[in-house]
Parts: sequence; C-alpha cells; structure tokens
Amino acid sequence: MTTISNPPLTYSLTELMAVTAAREIQDNEVVFAGTGLPMLGAMLAQKTHAPNCLIIFEAGAIGSRMRHLPMSVGDPRTVRGAAMAVGLAEVFTYMLQAGKVDVGFISGAQIDRFGNINSTSVGDYRHPAVRFPGSGGSCDIACLAKRTVIIAQHEKRRLPEKIDYITSPGWLTGGESRKEAGLIRGGPSVVVTTKGVLRFRPTSHEAYLASYHPGLSAENVRDDTGFTLDTAGAFETPIPTTEELDILRKVVDPERIFLK
Amino acid sequence: MMSKLIGLAEAAALVPDGATLSLGGFTTQRHPMAFVYELIRQKKRDLYLFGHSPGGDWDILLGAGCVKRVELAYEADEAFGTIGPRWRRAVQAGRIEWEDYSNFGMVTRFQAGAMGLPFLPTRTAFGSDVFAKEALSAEQRAADPRTSQLKQAVMESPFQPGEKLLLLPAIHTEFCVLHVQKATESGLVRVEGQTFADNIQALCADTVIVTVEEIVPEEVMRQEPERTLLPPFAVTHVAHVPFGSHPYAVYNYYDSDPRQLKDYHAAAMIDEDFQAYLDKYVYGVPDFEGYLAAVGKTRLDSLKADPDYGYSPNLKRRRLD
Repeated sequence: MTTISNPPLTYSLTELMAVTAAREIQDNEVVFAGTGLPMLGAMLAQKTHAPNCLIIFEAGAIGSRMRHLPMSVGDPRTVRGAAMAVGLAEVFTYMLQAGKVDVGFISGAQIDRFGNINSTSVGDYRHPAVRFPGSGGSCDIACLAKRTVIIAQHEKRRLPEKIDYITSPGWLTGGESRKEAGLIRGGPSVVVTTKGVLRFRPTSHEAYLASYHPGLSAENVRDDTGFTLDTAGAFETPIPTTEELDILRKVVDPERIFLK
Repeated sequence: MMSKLIGLAEAAALVPDGATLSLGGFTTQRHPMAFVYELIRQKKRDLYLFGHSPGGDWDILLGAGCVKRVELAYEADEAFGTIGPRWRRAVQAGRIEWEDYSNFGMVTRFQAGAMGLPFLPTRTAFGSDVFAKEALSAEQRAADPRTSQLKQAVMESPFQPGEKLLLLPAIHTEFCVLHVQKATESGLVRVEGQTFADNIQALCADTVIVTVEEIVPEEVMRQEPERTLLPPFAVTHVAHVPFGSHPYAVYNYYDSDPRQLKDYHAAAMIDEDFQAYLDKYVYGVPDFEGYLAAVGKTRLDSLKADPDYGYSPNLKRRRLD
C-alpha cells in the first residue's frame, strides 16, 4: 500500500484518487457511474459536496442513495432508496442518448493522450494476447455524456502512444476529429490517475499534466507516461480534507472494498 | 387457467444443441443459474448466446464447452471478479467465436427484435473500434443465418442531411431464460428492483422459460397489474426454483455469495480446478437441490435479504478468511 504523509494527514493513493475524482462532480449534476472506483467516487461526492447529484447506473437504478457500496452497477445496493428502478433501455435511450447526463464517470485499462480508452483487448483484436471484459456501457457513456471523468492506473504501458483498441472514444485524434466521426456531444474532461491529474487543451484536445500527486514531481509523472506529456504549469494535487477522508473511510467504504 | 409449470430438467431438455439463447440478469444479479447448471449437466453443445452484460452465467457455460458463438458487450462479475476467467481463456485460445458491441448497442438490438423491426438507429459507438472492427469474418456471417449478415450499418438521416446514425440489427432468439422474484402458475411475471433488459429479451424469443423464487396466486398478481413484466403470451414455461440465481443476488430475496464467487474465480483460472468445480457443483450432483446441499444451508441462510434493504447489509464481501 502506498501511503502519503502530509502531516498531520496520512492517506493512501486510492483515497487521494477517489477524493480528486469526486471533486469533479458538481452538485445537482446527473452522474452516470461505471463499475469500480467510479461507484466509490460518485458515492463520496453525494455524501460530501454534491448531495443533490443524481447518480444513475446503466443496469437501471436512477437517483441512487446508497447506504452500502455496491459491488456492481447491477447490485441490489443501488436500488433501495433510489428515485426509480428501470432497465438498461430506459437509462441508455431516455437519459444518456437524449443528452440528460452531465458527467460520465468511468475507468479504463489503457488510455492514450486523447483520452481514448481500451477495455477490450491487448494485441491483435481477433487473436489477442490479453482479453478484458469488453465495453459494457463504457463506450456509450464516453460517446453520449456531456463530459467524461476517467480514473486510471498510471504506468507507462497503460498510457501508451497508441492503444490497441478504442473501446470508449475520447477526443480520437484530437482537433475536430470527434465531431467529424459523428459524435454529437461530450468528450473526456479529466483523467485522474495514480500519479496525477490530466486535462485536455481546448483546441488540440491533447492531454496535459494539470497536477502531480504529493510526493511526486511533474518530471516523475512525465517519465512514467508512454506518450509525450506537456507538464507546463502543473502544480501539486490538492490533498483530501479530514472530512472527506472521514466520510470515505467510515461511510462510503468501511469494508475497504475498493480503498487500498 | 392453464398451468405453465414445468420441471427444471424438463425445461432445459427443450433447448437443442445449436440453439440461439439469451439469459436474463446483469453481471451479478438475477441470472438463471439453476437452469445454466442443468444445461451443462445435459451436455448441451454449440449454443449461440446473445447478451449485454452477462457474468458467471456465461462464463461457466463457456468453460463447460456448451457454447459456439457469443454476441455481447461485457463478461465479468465486476468487483467480485473483474474478468470472466473462462471467457478470457476461450478468446485467447481461439476456442470461441464472438462479436463485440456496447451495452446500449446490444439492448438496442434486442429492442428492434422485440418491436418487430429489422434494425434501430442510435448515436453511439462512432469513432470507436466497437464500431470500426469486427471479430466475426464476412465468411463466418455468410455461412450462418443465426448471426446477422452485417454487424451494423450507417445511414444519413433522411430528415437532417449530414446527420449520421448507426443502425443495429435486430436479435431474434429461439429461447430466452429469465430468473425473477415472483410469477403465477399461469405465467404472469413480476420483477422487483431493476428490470435490466429481461422484458425486451423475452419479447424477441420464441420460447420463454422463467425460473422463479416464489409462485404467487393469480389474484395477488392481478391486484397490481402495473407491476407485471410481460404480456401473458410472452411466457411459455414457469419453473419454481428458490435460490435459482445463486451465487448471484436476487433483490428482496438474497444477496450475492462472495465466498462462492471467490471460489469460482479461483477455480476458473486453472483448467483442472475448473473441472473439479464442475464435478463438485454440477456433474457430481443429480439436480439443483443437490447443488444447494453442496453449498450448504448455513451459507444460504447468511445471504437472505433483510427486508429493510433488499439485500444482506452485514454480509462480508472482502477479506473472507
């Protein structure tokens, strides 16, 4: 477990990521949460600064107010206390495609400098070296939410120059390419990694390092990135507050299902 | 009122080798697992599966050698197991034919089938390799009418020049099998919690088999008809199978079984261990009663849902040892 000491606060890297990602969600926004850390981040946001954010899950829960962290987006824990329970078709057609989702919150195995995500396979697509589960709703969220927040492990091989398969489209090849491909809205706004926070330049849509996590430098992060990373202007990632850590540990994930 | 009740083994025997099939549920909830074990016990072969986000229901079927081809968006148990081990191995070893879509894509395909349309338009997947790449070759598609001849098509909106839409082909299956909370003997079906795409999958199948936690009287269901999932004609058979989704959850009845899922994922990583798992829980027991006995009553009791939550709030899900 990597821990970071910023006396008097001690927190793990996962805790820092969860807090940093949760802060990307504004109050009253409609949040479409994918599996894994995004479920944790969305729940933390709702229990701290964004109590009125509407959390929806593709399996059919709309307006979830979870008392226990779900293990999956189809978990019964997303249901009781929710505003509505429906199914995939209602969520994807009437909410996501119709443009009602403010933030898509997803994770990815491999990400390139335009925020395209691979969660399908590594190697030749028809004869892959490693197969992952596949898109699930990730491709749809990345295509149709107004913006996308991405959580990822930061390693050179996970942030390569070119990913093997675009499961979830980001800014594609940058510039106007996303729009030209036929996508009518959205695009990634931020990638929260184990080493820092990446954002995208307005016109080129290329990723740059917005902040590096405490204990690291911009150079450290750049050296652990497979693509050329612009680090101009990067600052240190703001640390979690005592309140955020407290809620994260005692209310959101006391069983430490996702927290390390 | 005609009874649609059927035994589990008799229901599974209806499915011939090479059949097209969809199963209800979503990753970790409401899969018709008892029916799946029975398909494996009866040594079905060459099945064609259609789904959005299956989990271990497909994984164990794939691993047991029952499946020829799948069309899907995802196969894993999410935080209980972030990849279906047999799915991964089958793809990497070239032992399965598959095609990738997104969840919205697959659900749209089921919707088209349920609506009696050849396809439906969406705005998803443009720019992705879900759109750009195909796992099945043109020859494989041409040789088999069970798979759509085209993965998809693109059209320009006739009403809005320059606006692109992705057309996705309808799904039609010979069988759909669901596991739900309540049904009448006559085949009125109720789902509690999320519906997933169960209703839509059922409406694009010829034969729909519903396994159910609880059989309820006709007058109880007809008291609240707004809660019925499907029109009566859409349900062919009903089998009463309490705990029929184990190790997956059924909202208001029982939770996922973290221990069983951990054991499955550990076993499914290694060929010999996976065979041993099948021997213990499927081939080595005569029926689903035998399976539940092998899991054990103490464990099953620990999973029962607290009525205030619809799940088991104190269930340990990590660090089980």
